[in-house]
Amino acid sequence: MRITLKVWRQDGPTSPGAFETYDVPGVSPDMSFLEMLDVVNDRLTLDGKRPIVFEHDCREGICGSCGMMINGVPHGPEKGTATCQLHMRKFHDGDQIVVEPWRAAAFPVIRDVAVDRSAFDRIIEAGGYISTPTGAAPDANLTLIPKPVADAAMDAAACIGCGACVAACPNSAAQLFTSAKLAHLNLLPQGQAERWARTEAMVETMEEFFGSCTNHGECREACPKEISIDFIAMMNRDYVKSKRKNRKLLSQIR
Amino acid sequence: MATTTPARGSNTSARGLVRPTFKQPRKRLPYPIGLYQTAVGRKWVMGVTGIMMMGFVLVHMIGNLHMYQGPAGYNEYAEALRTLGGHLIPREGVLWALRLGLLSAVVLHIHSAATLTIMNRKSRPQGYQSPRDYSAANFASRTMRATGIIVLLFIIFHLLDLTWGVFLGDDYIKGDVYNNVNRSLSSAPVAIVYMLANVALAVHLFHGAWSMFQSLGWNSPQFNQARRVFATAFAGLILVGNLSFPIMNLAGVVSQDTRTTPCVAEGGEETNICLGVNE
Repeated sequence: MRITLKVWRQDGPTSPGAFETYDVPGVSPDMSFLEMLDVVNDRLTLDGKRPIVFEHDCREGICGSCGMMINGVPHGPEKGTATCQLHMRKFHDGDQIVVEPWRAAAFPVIRDVAVDRSAFDRIIEAGGYISTPTGAAPDANLTLIPKPVADAAMDAAACIGCGACVAACPNSAAQLFTSAKLAHLNLLPQGQAERWARTEAMVETMEEFFGSCTNHGECREACPKEISIDFIAMMNRDYVKSKRKNRKLLSQIR
Repeated sequence: MATTTPARGSNTSARGLVRPTFKQPRKRLPYPIGLYQTAVGRKWVMGVTGIMMMGFVLVHMIGNLHMYQGPAGYNEYAEALRTLGGHLIPREGVLWALRLGLLSAVVLHIHSAATLTIMNRKSRPQGYQSPRDYSAANFASRTMRATGIIVLLFIIFHLLDLTWGVFLGDDYIKGDVYNNVNRSLSSAPVAIVYMLANVALAVHLFHGAWSMFQSLGWNSPQFNQARRVFATAFAGLILVGNLSFPIMNLAGVVSQDTRTTPCVAEGGEETNICLGVNE
């Protein structure tokens, strides 16, 4: 396969970027998208040029590092996969492939197509955890969880925090990410104690960085884990409730 | 999360490259007003005000079907609106309460939409430099702002046209609803404006009537499929009903009333009472 690669090149967060076009012959259809980029980078290095910076880690679709916009779609044309799980056989010989970083105020470009997704960490820090005593491990099955509840929580927990939802959203909203992280804990018994404080804190931290949801549903289409926007509805419901509940809980201190 | 209210405005948000785009309000107003200080809260307000306006649009459309009963029925319906609440409440009292409610809904809906749009623009200062390929966002959801503005402009036009009679001049007779509507809609340019605006309204409702369920958090696997059906049916119903009025007036099915006493009082006697003329 021979493809034309049009990649966003940018030296740093404040420098202006531009697309650069590379002719890439000898691409095997069995290569993953990242392996194709590795080949391009090898050739660039041999030519004495700066290789394309992209983030990657596990290359098996579970770490969420490797997000990039491929032909205007986050993670490329294949549904339900991260960039690393996308293979060149999804493209045709002679195709032009356009690669661009996620675009959002909260995701500044570090270099080329690598962006800083720390804003997600700020949301998690605000409440994406449970406070629990670190003693001996509790007995297995001490806390019983109905199967449908466990399944729903697991669906939400599948979120790898890649940022495709924000990238896909016309408003750069992080609703799908935040709602998945909230639902993962808020559905389970272990998450109940801090449910309302968590919901309020995480939503309000999210709103410091990201836009607002207009229910397009683009995020669900882009999500490599195909997380449902039903979780966004749950978050909206819980947030409005949390405003009332937290007030009530405060009044019980005295 | 030691206390139930999370610490806000802490400088922990800004570390490294990433800076918050939006500042949290220094002081949170008490519930439920404080909800309006947040984006999720504003979307909730848009959902609630959307329901209020949907209720109006539906009742307005059904009420206008009285047009097909002829002048007596239509003018009586208009009079019935003014005397809602019977003798217990001053004339037009309930009507004005409803109008004020609607007006506040319109103001809140537009204010939320405008501020959230500004927020959304700020959250992506540099847009995508290559063409985006949208897969879920439909025409309706992508054009909510445009259709919303069209509907707002139409509401202003509609009020000027039939509530204040600015365009009809001497032909406008306060209280003679049937003839006013007919005179206005018999003109092709006006009828076309009405038709276009109602298409925009239907497109707005197609997304809005579904989107409100998400914004309000009304979600359940038991009725999630029905939400899309409801929004489509609601938008379709409003479109068909509202389009029929300009079409029927233009086609002459609804034609001018030439009687001098266009209303029917109790007992079947024809009077002028409905026009506010007590003779």
